[in-house]
Amino acid sequence: MEKMIPHESGIAHVTGEAVYIDDILVNEQLLVGRVIYSPHAHARIISFDLSDAKKVKGVHAVLCHKDIPGHNQMGPVIKDEPVLAENEITFVGQAMFLIAAETEDQCREAEKLISVEYEPLDAILDIETAIAKNNLLGPPRKMERGDAEAALKSAKHIILGELRTGAQEHWYLETQACLSIPGEGNEINVFSSTQHPSETQTLVAEVLGINRNEVVVEVRRMGGGFGGKETQGNHVACWSALLCNATKRPVKIKLFRDDDMIMTGKRHRYLTKYEVGFNDDGNIDALKLEFNSDGGAATDLSFAIMERTMLHADNSYYIPNMSVTALVWKTNLPSNTAFRGFGGPQGMAAMETVIDRVARYLHKDPTEIRLKNFYGTETRNVTHYGQKVENNRLNLIYDKLIESSEYEKRRKEVDEFNSKNEFYKKGLALTPVKFGISFTTTFLNQAGALVNVYTDGTILVNHGGTEMGQGLNTKIQQIAAAEFGVSIEKVKVNATNTSKVPNTSATAASSGSDMNGMAVKNAIDTIKERITKELSTIWSAQYSINPSLQNSILFKDGFIFDSDHPDRRISFADAMLQMNLRQVSLNSTGFYKTPDIGWDKIKGQGKPFFYYSFGMGVSEVLVDVLTGQHTLLRTDIVQDVGDSINPGIDIGQVEGGFIQGVGWCTTEEIKWDAKGNLMTHSPDTYKIPTVQDIPKDFRVQLLEGVPNPIGTIRRSKAVGEPPFMLSLSVWLAIKDAISSVANHEIEPEFSLPATNEVILLAIPKLKPSRFQRP
Amino acid sequence: MKKFIIKTVINNRKYELSVSPNQTLLDLLREELGLTGTKRGCEVGECGACTVLINGEAVNSCLVLAPQIDGKEVLTVEGLAEDGELHPLQKSFMKHDAVHCGYCTPGMIMSAKQLVEENPQPTEEEIRTAISGNLCRCTGYVQIVDAISEVQK
Repeated sequence: MEKMIPHESGIAHVTGEAVYIDDILVNEQLLVGRVIYSPHAHARIISFDLSDAKKVKGVHAVLCHKDIPGHNQMGPVIKDEPVLAENEITFVGQAMFLIAAETEDQCREAEKLISVEYEPLDAILDIETAIAKNNLLGPPRKMERGDAEAALKSAKHIILGELRTGAQEHWYLETQACLSIPGEGNEINVFSSTQHPSETQTLVAEVLGINRNEVVVEVRRMGGGFGGKETQGNHVACWSALLCNATKRPVKIKLFRDDDMIMTGKRHRYLTKYEVGFNDDGNIDALKLEFNSDGGAATDLSFAIMERTMLHADNSYYIPNMSVTALVWKTNLPSNTAFRGFGGPQGMAAMETVIDRVARYLHKDPTEIRLKNFYGTETRNVTHYGQKVENNRLNLIYDKLIESSEYEKRRKEVDEFNSKNEFYKKGLALTPVKFGISFTTTFLNQAGALVNVYTDGTILVNHGGTEMGQGLNTKIQQIAAAEFGVSIEKVKVNATNTSKVPNTSATAASSGSDMNGMAVKNAIDTIKERITKELSTIWSAQYSINPSLQNSILFKDGFIFDSDHPDRRISFADAMLQMNLRQVSLNSTGFYKTPDIGWDKIKGQGKPFFYYSFGMGVSEVLVDVLTGQHTLLRTDIVQDVGDSINPGIDIGQVEGGFIQGVGWCTTEEIKWDAKGNLMTHSPDTYKIPTVQDIPKDFRVQLLEGVPNPIGTIRRSKAVGEPPFMLSLSVWLAIKDAISSVANHEIEPEFSLPATNEVILLAIPKLKPSRFQRP
Repeated sequence: MKKFIIKTVINNRKYELSVSPNQTLLDLLREELGLTGTKRGCEVGECGACTVLINGEAVNSCLVLAPQIDGKEVLTVEGLAEDGELHPLQKSFMKHDAVHCGYCTPGMIMSAKQLVEENPQPTEEEIRTAISGNLCRCTGYVQIVDAISEVQK
């Protein structure tokens, strides 16, 4: 198949013609929607008055919860998120009222005239307070293997500790946006920037009190999603649909950047407690982990995210006795949500901290401890939740990376540099990733497609996945072209539309091309089956002595031919016309469900993942001890993507995922004030990586010649999330540099993100005589 | 509010426009002229998604008021291709997979355009400096830097 092909919408993007929600051409009936949100973290609404706001010229609707015709509810799993607040508000940024007007200015004028009387209530704004008040979002969970308590008692060495990992804002370039256009009767067309069109459809129907067959949700593309539009795209869609329904005019809501940052959930911050038992060689025998996450004000996907944390707390290491406890806490902050890695990063950060501490305790290189504890291939190859680690590529990648990154040599150079320099320190770290691929909620592992072939030989592919920049539609285009044996120009991928492919899962869990690619293939197989049957009939009638066997008919290079009799051939386009004349159907749905998985959530045992994706990174940093500033000097990555469908896309995913992780690990710091107001609500205070923050020397390679041995589409592997967590190599390289201030004798105080402040505060504690202020 | 009549050239086309003093160039382009290739990212001049060229200089159009383009030439991403032929930067962005979600792409290309016009053979460091005001959340920037550097060769 053609592998190095441009982005399916490449020309549209580079010429500015690619259409996002805010670019859709609508007539002058279009109204602007605005969401009025809560200024308090927790308060009772005593009264409100919308009458003056409604009188503003150009204002067509001002809505409160009483104006919702259906359910005032948009929680995706647990119904605990009102569309518009009723009597109580539970975080700053919670939607209370909606305005639709002809201009933005009119919306703002009306907003000023809304009066609300509040009774402020006590707010819980951090995990510690939630723990003290026992404010759980749901029941705790536990996963165990062996007897961690007993093993800890008999271990030669024990280390106890705590780790804090921070929240992260998605910062998709395109903020949350939706355009709703009324149709006939109850019909509504919703153009949404959502990763989950079917759920958006469901919620819009429920909120409007209409049937799902009256709601069409369409997604051409998103300007980035990263999990932030898996559930929370629904909110903007519900609000715009309500205004559309109330005014019977098209209504667009596109959140302002600051509002988006204030109103929407983030990556969950965690407080993790650990206790590890190990021997003199650094073999870990026992590990006890307690994860505490800040779920925010509502459930959203917090429990699924926490489950993935528990399932990735081992990262790449076999630990015979392991006990993982998990608690999700309820606070008065926006409900935290999916974000690339989906809890995996928080689990792995804890595990990698444990390894790092064991190594420092034993005066060994952490890389040595990592290698020692990797999952084995024949033995020591079962996870704490009972899944066997099959097709383990950890050692293969490790050997390759140690060599290509010249790890041993550079380790010595870094140590040498540190021994000679007092105010600049270098750090080096290698971290692995083993990431499980599949939704852990097993039924979600399904996808659908609808493939239409037209009589000119062109193909229109519909599938349930959504394009958010990850290259899904390009891969789908390649898959369809390869299966039909035509060039990619013959294949167009349609906007995702719930009236074409219904009841789909979110495009999430890195599974977009795995699942939708297979569903598309399934549809194409059905069509090809009909075509080959018909052609074998035609050719067998023509050549009755040597009939054509259906199974010998192949699709290649724009032709369909009998491989036993290559002179029997017809161009793909001619064949399609023939099929139509002979009354053969040229379209089909397709379906796929991931086979061979099963997960008992209650017992915490089973095979939640179809397979694992592996990768490893080595990063080197330079830290300025006097300012806390760090520079990322070099990163080497080796990532396993199986047999890559499109190496350009996959390398881009590795680089982009890694850098997004570097942001989480270093500069992206979220802060709320004592009243629950987000202080970092703008790009001038919240810093995602710029081009100046990427490694000076960045070497990414895909592991080659290693097709996925299990039956995935074209033997490929998922790539969306796993590289994110390779950024832990940067975080631990910074720690390594800090630690060198005290010759690695003392454990530095460290948390995530490692901001300049964190770095700077850690240093005097390691060498008070030199760095303490008088 | 008093309106200003301005004369300007946008994408090689002459315009005489009546604009409000508080209207941004971004709003003028997108909402009045239908040039939606220029993207609304943060509206505080931090993300670069709305970058256009004014007299060849890259600016955040969210921070420029419409009256300020009086007598000046504006180039947006829509004006980059000539006679249906893509600009070398546009081709290179496609070739190097520098387009992921695409939302930063127009602004990124416009910043790069100023660079390559003024400095036909920039070093990697110069490229990084030139696009350091353009945020991208998808790519990790490597493919973008590669795309810009190849245009020189």
